[in-house]
Amino acid sequence: MNALIELRDLAVHFPVHRGLMSGTSGAIKAVDGVTLEIARGETLGLVGESGCGKSTLGRAVVGLTQPTGGTILIDNKPMTRDRRVQMIFQDPSASLNPRMTVGAAIAEPVRLNGLRHGRAAVVARMHELLDLVGLPQSATHRYPHEFSGGQRQRVGIARALACEPDVIVCDEAVSALDVSIQAQIVALLEDLQGRLGLTYLFIAHDLGALKHISHRVAVMYLGKIVEVAPKAELFANPRHAYTRALLSAIPVPDPMVERQRKRIILSGDIPSPANPTSGCRFHTRCPVAIDRCRSDEPDWQEMSPGHHTACWRANELVELMPDALSLSTSDARR
Amino acid sequence: MQLLELEGLHVAFSTDRGEAKAVNGIDLSLKESETLAVVGESGSGKSVTALAILGLLPKRTAMVRADALRFDGRDLMALSEEQLRAMRGKDIGMVFQDPMTSLNPVLTIGRQLSEIGEVHLGMTRATAQDHAADLLDQVGIPQAKARLRDYPHQFSGGMRQRVGIAMAIACKPKLLIADEPTTALDVTVQAQVLELLAELQAEMRMAIMLVTHDLGVVARIADRVLVMYAGSVVETGSAEAVFSRTGMPYTRALLRSVPRLDQADEGPLRPIRGSPPDVMRLAKGCSFAPRCDLVEARCHLGQPPLARCGPDHQAACVLVEPTA
Repeated sequence: MNALIELRDLAVHFPVHRGLMSGTSGAIKAVDGVTLEIARGETLGLVGESGCGKSTLGRAVVGLTQPTGGTILIDNKPMTRDRRVQMIFQDPSASLNPRMTVGAAIAEPVRLNGLRHGRAAVVARMHELLDLVGLPQSATHRYPHEFSGGQRQRVGIARALACEPDVIVCDEAVSALDVSIQAQIVALLEDLQGRLGLTYLFIAHDLGALKHISHRVAVMYLGKIVEVAPKAELFANPRHAYTRALLSAIPVPDPMVERQRKRIILSGDIPSPANPTSGCRFHTRCPVAIDRCRSDEPDWQEMSPGHHTACWRANELVELMPDALSLSTSDARR
Repeated sequence: MQLLELEGLHVAFSTDRGEAKAVNGIDLSLKESETLAVVGESGSGKSVTALAILGLLPKRTAMVRADALRFDGRDLMALSEEQLRAMRGKDIGMVFQDPMTSLNPVLTIGRQLSEIGEVHLGMTRATAQDHAADLLDQVGIPQAKARLRDYPHQFSGGMRQRVGIAMAIACKPKLLIADEPTTALDVTVQAQVLELLAELQAEMRMAIMLVTHDLGVVARIADRVLVMYAGSVVETGSAEAVFSRTGMPYTRALLRSVPRLDQADEGPLRPIRGSPPDVMRLAKGCSFAPRCDLVEARCHLGQPPLARCGPDHQAACVLVEPTA
């Protein structure tokens, strides 16, 4: 694969300080040895629950958090903070300066990066960007609070695009929006990808939007990637116990399907990333864990082309955890 | 017999910009051990409806008016503030979205839980403590007795919501009003909490009014559905009817705009264009008309009333063919 972004054994550990004098005592291993590639023009979906490290991973890719180990390559060269990698945040009202007009907020990165010279050229580019994200030119002189959440997210996207990036990290970019608006933003991101050849790292805890936009999906649990596969393959044939439990937990908006589904209810919450357990990190909540899962960390195995998983029981899961989202039954009904 | 009956609820808030009409004449009813989901996007009036039933809207800014509001044979509108307070938390339990803000951070979980037993059930402090431990155990918190001494911040989000549910069911209420109870939780934890609610409901035969924006959650646990848009009910009926024989274009568009995990790729998304209307300036016609793909001239004449479009199924759309 011709990777645009390559993560090699990336680690981000945050030191834990207990008390003023005692120095550091351990570390929160937010990201703990992640190897991933994202091809040019591809959308990689990254899914996981709160505290699994997905946002930290995203921030490291943009250069907002310094990795403590491993490397990030862009176009085969080590990356530092780079205009070519931009980020869209979850809460557009928190990421926009309330005292700056939308026009000024979008023009600023154009000017600071020296992408256009002269006032007229910067303004023309700003208008172009507004148009690109589907905002009227009249937005130029208005302030963020005058816009709805969906429109503010469009401003956030315009601001990211102003830097003319190759890669955009979307960190829960649609999670705070109403469902009807989520779909608008996802459609916009897809349209922009087609027009500008963008590469996305789409981080979300909600699989709905993620499933729609991604080409490949990576599942993260406690600082590690536990499964990566092409989208269709991951949803049709998940090969990690955690992925299966996650898919089973997500309700489908159809009462007839819901009634037929077999639930896999996990016990407990995600453990603290300060002292991850031995073996497979999911074993404390896994309904099908065996002794080997508690002692040995699972190998990263390729199940089919492009489908990797780290689960000792990958080959038995179809029987052990019967699939909740059987595509065949719901399609037959329709 | 209906446990809860609400007819013609209107809620308006006085604001600096004028009167915001949050709820415009809605009816709803709920039977024993039934789950009614009130669905809508932000600003649709779903949470305001729940708060109006509980009598928890601020008296100074909210103007609440209803033709009837009966719970368990009693007229809630005729009750004094004190009688309402005695009823809330006892006969009607409440669960809110964010358990962190609904728990007192400086009191132990045990103190907050046993207070309910003392206030509503007349227990002694010691019995109330045992009762509190039983409740924590019932909502699946391990080592319940020991955890009574802990403070809210020592619990995870999912655990806190379990505590919130424990508080809500402490007096075995006949009705539980849950406003986005799982929205702040992770999906695997959400699944646990929904399962817990279903178990408790089966055990205690309580009715649940679930306020949510998540159509998946609705499909999982609701018996009946009420879809709200701009302060009005636009569709209501059994969950089966609303999901599979959808009558109102808004509901259909909403269902279409949710990407589904159980279906292979469905082509480009079809989002609903525009955004929800401003409740300060509601137009005369159907409030969804400006965003509707099937809009006709008559849609702008007036808000269409809810019309029967099948057994236990009503929708408010000029296109609905009324059935007898």
